[in-house]
Amino acid sequence: MFDVNEIRKDFPILAEEAHAGVPLVYLDSAASSQKPTAVIDAMNNYYRRYNANVHRGIHRLSEDATNAYEDARRRVSEFIHSPSPEQVILVRNATEGMNLLAYTWGIANLRPGDEVLTTEMEHHANIVPWQMICEMTGATLRYVSFTEDGLLDMDALPDLLTEKTKLFAFTAASNVFGTINPVKELVAKAHAVGALTAVDAAQSVPHSIVDVQDLNCDFLVFSSHKMCGPTGMGVLYGKRELLEAMPPFMGGGDMIRRVSMEKSTWNDLPYKFEAGTPSIAEGIGLGAAVDYLNQVGMDNIHHHEQLITRYALEAMSEVPGLKIMGPKQAELRGGLVSFTVDGLHPHDIAQLLDGDGIAVRAGHHCAMPLHKKLGIGASARASFYLHTTTEEVDLLVASLHRARKVFRL
Amino acid sequence: MSMQMYREQILDLYENPLNHGALDPHDFSYEEDNPLCGDVIKIDVRMGEDGRVTEVAWSGDGCAISQASASLVTEEIKGLTLEEIKKLDKDFILELLGIPLSMARIKCATLSLKVLKAGAYGIPDKSEMRKHL
Ligand SMILES: Cc1ncc(COP(=O)(O)O)c(C=O)c1O
Repeated sequence: MFDVNEIRKDFPILAEEAHAGVPLVYLDSAASSQKPTAVIDAMNNYYRRYNANVHRGIHRLSEDATNAYEDARRRVSEFIHSPSPEQVILVRNATEGMNLLAYTWGIANLRPGDEVLTTEMEHHANIVPWQMICEMTGATLRYVSFTEDGLLDMDALPDLLTEKTKLFAFTAASNVFGTINPVKELVAKAHAVGALTAVDAAQSVPHSIVDVQDLNCDFLVFSSHKMCGPTGMGVLYGKRELLEAMPPFMGGGDMIRRVSMEKSTWNDLPYKFEAGTPSIAEGIGLGAAVDYLNQVGMDNIHHHEQLITRYALEAMSEVPGLKIMGPKQAELRGGLVSFTVDGLHPHDIAQLLDGDGIAVRAGHHCAMPLHKKLGIGASARASFYLHTTTEEVDLLVASLHRARKVFRL
Repeated sequence: MSMQMYREQILDLYENPLNHGALDPHDFSYEEDNPLCGDVIKIDVRMGEDGRVTEVAWSGDGCAISQASASLVTEEIKGLTLEEIKKLDKDFILELLGIPLSMARIKCATLSLKVLKAGAYGIPDKSEMRKHL
């Protein structure tokens, strides 16, 4: 049974006060999620009991550390239904995963005349690396637009996705609109013209079941810190033959098989892409986060977020002048609601909500092209996770009413 | 901190800004945004024969703090020379506003001063710069 009040006890930070006497209402999980005790303990346990470097020492601590780290990789691999843990490259975050792809696959494969297709609803992490690599290789970056409802403009796709397209890099779920994109369909359409696909799953892996084999995507990236895990850890998944054909990213220890003065030969997957000492505690922490999410159940989490989102869409629409961005239908959205309020700048909204202990995000959410297209500089965003309650949404709405009063609206 | 930030004067200036608009022609003009939040401020300035600011106008989009600060700063620099403008600092703004600000909001508060000083230094930009400056 999913009981949100029981879940809340797993997150020590939720018992903290935002300010003296004001309880914390954390509605910013899309920026970074809170961590359950199990994750904090797993990392502490590593530092207290078996801290050592991995893949190196012939001693007990190093063997324990290596086992724990590799075990975490296995659990992450199972979590996304990857055919093997060797296809799970551990990096620092989703951004690094996308950059790794751009700098290795991109530089090796893109030529003048080639096209990379992305969308206008991307996070900068899935725009800027491709701009940089297109600049370097002479390839052209193109964008799929979005509709008034914040859905991808599927009608525009046939003109944009052509035999010139070498890669279609798109988000599985928008961090601004909340839109859940039809990943499997987009992957199939890309493959039909011979393009590869890179999925930014930073906002989908934390909130729903993601099966890379079912999606049939070629690459997929996500960040640990948005899925109850620590910062400093992220994943690039790739199809084996593609990863094997790619040159390495950074050079150094761990990524080589043999080094001579003249030349080095590369290590096998996944180590070819993991130069240097990795974020060991963070990898172990991500493993614990995956265990935690599995134990709660991704279906339960998804269902709970749907309920909260539906509730929030309705409750928030009662605030005068409040405009909700993105799809109207809750079932097309993930657990977040971005909005503007007439007469109130998003910064001022966030500031006044903070006074009531409510944490939301305000700004362009690293999606400047999206905001520019909408003709606004910024928006506010409330985002939900497994521990969010309807009472918290009520507090948000009450605080929004108060904010309007402060601004004499 | 949140409630103290939005005291009467700030809200009044947000509703009824001072020196809002544009000046054409002008002696210098500069526009800059705060990439963190997308706030934009543009300031146009006219100088008198004696090298002092005679007229100033600003326009832009942003939160109450950045907008109120633009009103106050533009009001305050009338009669100053370019050299005097170049000497203004963060504390000058914070004193004008007279409210407690968090680190993130200090950026909002100082945007207009940043724009003004960039203009005063004649930092080359999209905006044209009259030769005699
Ligand atoms: C859709 C999306 N992609 C990518 C990222 C980048 O994540 P990170 O900063 O952890 O690399 C984010 C985080 O905000 C996101 O929401």
